[in-house]
Amino acid sequence: MSGLALAGLLIVMLVLAFASVKWLASLDERGIVGRFGTPLAFGAWVLAFWQVLTDALEIPRVLLPSPAVIGHALMQSLPVLADDFTQTVLHSVVIGLAVGCALGFVVGVLIDRSPFLERGLLPIAALASAVPLIGIAPIMVMWFGFDWQSKAAVVVIMTFFPMLVNTLAGLGETGHMERDLMRSYGASSWRTLWSLRIPVAMPFVFNALKINSTLALIGAIVAEFFGSPVAGLGFRISTEAARLNMGLVWAAILVAALAGSVLYGLLGWIERRVTFWHPSIRANG
Amino acid sequence: MAQTTNAPSALPGQRGLWWRVGPVLVVLAILLVIWYGAAIALNAAQVIERTLSAQPGWGAMDLARLTLSMDRPVLPAPHQIVLDLIDSIFGWPIDSPRNLLFHAAVTSSATVLGFAMGTLLGAGLAVAIVHSRTLERSLFPWIIASQTVPVLAIAPIVIVILGSFGLTGLFPKSIISMYLCFFPVAVALVKGLRSPGIMELELLHTYAANRAQTFWTLRVPASLPFLFPALRVGIAAGLVGAIVGELPTGAQAGLGARLLTGSYYGNTVQIWSALVMSALLGLALTGAVALAERWLTPGGPR
Repeated sequence: MSGLALAGLLIVMLVLAFASVKWLASLDERGIVGRFGTPLAFGAWVLAFWQVLTDALEIPRVLLPSPAVIGHALMQSLPVLADDFTQTVLHSVVIGLAVGCALGFVVGVLIDRSPFLERGLLPIAALASAVPLIGIAPIMVMWFGFDWQSKAAVVVIMTFFPMLVNTLAGLGETGHMERDLMRSYGASSWRTLWSLRIPVAMPFVFNALKINSTLALIGAIVAEFFGSPVAGLGFRISTEAARLNMGLVWAAILVAALAGSVLYGLLGWIERRVTFWHPSIRANG
Repeated sequence: MAQTTNAPSALPGQRGLWWRVGPVLVVLAILLVIWYGAAIALNAAQVIERTLSAQPGWGAMDLARLTLSMDRPVLPAPHQIVLDLIDSIFGWPIDSPRNLLFHAAVTSSATVLGFAMGTLLGAGLAVAIVHSRTLERSLFPWIIASQTVPVLAIAPIVIVILGSFGLTGLFPKSIISMYLCFFPVAVALVKGLRSPGIMELELLHTYAANRAQTFWTLRVPASLPFLFPALRVGIAAGLVGAIVGELPTGAQAGLGARLLTGSYYGNTVQIWSALVMSALLGLALTGAVALAERWLTPGGPR
């Protein structure tokens, strides 16, 4: 393609892209088209420019493969990527996330009964957020071997502290009025915990769950850089990047990104069902 | 019961230092004891197999002494890590690759550079989003979606791509840090720049303030309380980015490279001391941001 034709095409595309995104953004936000149209159109235009520019400028695939190349690699190696998905997401992430969050929640509920322990553990748990906990990965790989158990252990450690801190914050959220009401009902402290304080803490718990879902994926993938069996998204990314097979690398990243988005969306969906009473949910209808 | 627990909390100023620090120290002491116990338990099998089985009649003291002084323990005892740290910091010149401070300096310079770039990028995006409805509705969902890409997974590619441009060393790592930093800053600044209420905005409107004046006199100061927590999150995330950025490069220097070589050679004490060093570095960096917050926020710390 000649330079002039390319410039013309780009200008036409730019005008079209700008006009369509602007038009979609002006639509009513309540409709399906209005809510999802704008970001989808923006993303579609990014993909279109990406494809045209990588083809026209003949950008080497090593630098940035075009969307078509990535799609082709995705279709070609679907079984391989499915194995990687099972290894990384279904084993390391889901199991690690479940154990880490459950542990953080239970420890939070138990510690809440002892103000002394709470004052002692909370500063330490808060400091843990400033510490690159992911560095524990090589030690976990040494202890638990190359398979998913070591990755799940890393995920447990990374997700424990945010859940602990948020559970304690959520349990402290109950107002005096509500507590006094429960006391006037003659409710036991466990009953108060179960019927009042845990439901009130739920927005905090879900906040931690959503933070942790991203942390868990990162933890599992990075832990695979320190050694893994011959499957796993992190393993695929690092080995194929070393072989400069960039189509497959980006396909693996796409799978990881989709898994992360689905996990996040699923947690958000459950949150809306569980904390339907919270103002931030009710406001959005 | 209610009175005795509630009364003192009304007077927090009268609490002594012990009230605040005591529980933390007790918990730390408990953790230390657990750690020593775990070190003995985890290392016992190897010690018994290698040395003690050859000498009959060994006692608990022999076991404790040997498990806490192994060369390559499964779990090193805390004093071994501290001794290794002190040895590496004071036993070697500051520019020697055996000095952990040298690695910490390499990692923290990548972190700080990435943090600065990420903060600028996040601030720029936030300003654009606050001022343009089209940008808000097209760009904002993608800023959020960008974080579903496990950035650290891109680390190898970023390193390869930038390496093919001839960029090596500090810069590729700080790109990864930047990608992790910009998100919390952008989201918090959008929230913060929007935080002035309709009353304040209308007041400035009656002053005939233009957009730039409103921005600098109202929106920016109002956003600071939102900005600083995001900066603390950002610099901690940036440190993780820099450390992970040092993993696939075959980097010679940096705490991440230190972790990787330690894991190649099974040198557990080296891994743990690099880990402790990166924890200290994380605390120092977030502490620096917290100090800046104390100085820059009007009305002092909250």
